[in-house]
Amino acid sequence: MQTVALIDYGAGNIPSAQRALEVAVERSGLSCELIVTDSPEKIAAADRVVIPGVGHFKDCREAMFGVSGLVDALEDSIHKKGRPVLGICVGMQLMADLGLEDGETSGFGWIPGKVEHIPTDAGLPIPHMGWNELVVRTEHPVLAGIETGNHAYFVHSYHMHCANPSDLQVEVDYGGHITAAIGRDNVFGTQFHPELSQETGLRLLTNWIKWNP
Amino acid sequence: MLKTRIIPCLDVKDGRTVKGVNFVDLRDAGDPVALAKAYSEQGADEICFLDISASEEGRGTMLDVVNKTARNCFTPLTVGGGVRSPDNVIALLRAGADKVGINSAAVADPDLIARCAARVGRQCVVVAIDARRTGDGKWEVFTHGGKRGTGIDAIEYAELACAKGAGEILLTSMDKDGTKSGYDIELTRSVASRVTIPVIASGGAGTIPHLIEGIQETGATAVLAASIFHFGEIAIEDAKREMQAAGIPMRIEEN
Repeated sequence: MQTVALIDYGAGNIPSAQRALEVAVERSGLSCELIVTDSPEKIAAADRVVIPGVGHFKDCREAMFGVSGLVDALEDSIHKKGRPVLGICVGMQLMADLGLEDGETSGFGWIPGKVEHIPTDAGLPIPHMGWNELVVRTEHPVLAGIETGNHAYFVHSYHMHCANPSDLQVEVDYGGHITAAIGRDNVFGTQFHPELSQETGLRLLTNWIKWNP
Repeated sequence: MLKTRIIPCLDVKDGRTVKGVNFVDLRDAGDPVALAKAYSEQGADEICFLDISASEEGRGTMLDVVNKTARNCFTPLTVGGGVRSPDNVIALLRAGADKVGINSAAVADPDLIARCAARVGRQCVVVAIDARRTGDGKWEVFTHGGKRGTGIDAIEYAELACAKGAGEILLTSMDKDGTKSGYDIELTRSVASRVTIPVIASGGAGTIPHLIEGIQETGATAVLAASIFHFGEIAIEDAKREMQAAGIPMRIEEN
C-alpha cells in the first residue's frame, strides 16, 4: 500500500483534485491511500506528493512556508528519497527558481527557470482561460497516451520559461509558446489543471500514480 | 490554439435548477448535479451555477450542490449569486468551485473585486454584469437579479472591474435575456473591445446561429446559455460542430 499526499495549504479548490486523484488511483489498479494534509510528518512519509495551487505565486509560496517544516519535508522527499512529486498550476510554477508576478519572488528551484507574464503582443485576452490544444514535446511516461491535439484546461496569466529546453514536456500556443508541462527527474508539473481536463487529465494523473522514476 | 467555450448556466434555488424568462417566470429543470454531469459528458467547456436562493439555508444547500458537482464531473465550475465577501468566495472555492462570480456586491463596492483577487488570484474572480440599454450605444448596470437600476454606465463599469482585478466578465443583456432573439451584439462588442480580460456573452441565445454571431461579431471568447440547453432544444455537441464548421475553433474530442 502506498500513500499519495495531496497538500492542502489553503490554496483553492481541493475537492476536484482529490476526486480526480481518487479516480486515477482506481484506474491504476494499485493499492494506494490518498490523504489530504498539510502535515510535514505525513508528507515526509508519503510515497508521492501532489502540490496544487491557485492564485499568486508569492501568496502560495508564503502559504507553504507558513506551514512549519512543510517545504523541508518536500525537499527531503524529492532530493533525498527521490519520490515523485506533481505540481499543478501555481504548484508547478513554484518549482522554478524565480517568479516575476508582482515583483521577484524566489521559487523552490527544483526545475531551472523563471515564471513570467504570458506575452501580450498578440493582444489576446489575459488570463489565458479555457481549453487549449497540447503540443507534446517528449515521450515522458506521465504523458503516455496523451497526444498533440488533446485538450486541457488552463487558467493563468503567468507561465514558466524553462532554462533547459529538455525540461519542457508540453506546450500550447497562445500568442506564442506557453509552457504547459515540465518534468525533470522525479519532478513533474502541469500549468493546466488535469483535475478539470476530463479524460486527458485523468489519463495524466493515472500515469503519474503508476510512474516510478 | 485556445478554443471558444460553450457554458451552460443553471439557475439554482434551494438546491434545484430553475430558469426564468426575463428572470421572473421560474420553471423547474431538474437536479443541478445530474444536469452538470450530463452537460460535461456532452462537451460543455465549463458549467456555471447561479444561486438565486434568498435564504441562508438555500446558500448552505448550494455549497453541498457545488461539492457534489465538483466530485462528479471534471469540468470547470463557476458559481455566482449572493457573493458578498472574500470569505464567501473562499467558501465556494473550498466547496469545489473553480471560479466565483460576483455581481451586486461588486457594483456597490468595486474594491471587493480587488480584495477577492488579492485573496484567491484574479483568475478565480468573475465579475457578472447585468446591463440594460438606455440609449444609443449606452447601457446601464442593473443589480439584484436585474431588478434595480444603478445609473452606472456598463462599459465604464466593465473597465473598472478589469482594472480592479477581475479575471473575466460575464456580461448579460437584460433586454435580451429570455427572449431567444440573440445576444446583444453591440453591447458585447463594446465591452470586449474595452477590456483586456475574457468576456462571456450571455442573455438571448435561442439558436445555434446566435451562438456563432455571439462570438464572431463581438470578440467574446465564450457563450453562455441556459434554457436552450436545459430543454433539449439544442444539443451542445451539435452547437459545437456547427460553430466549428462556421470557422470558430471548438474543443471536439475524437473518441
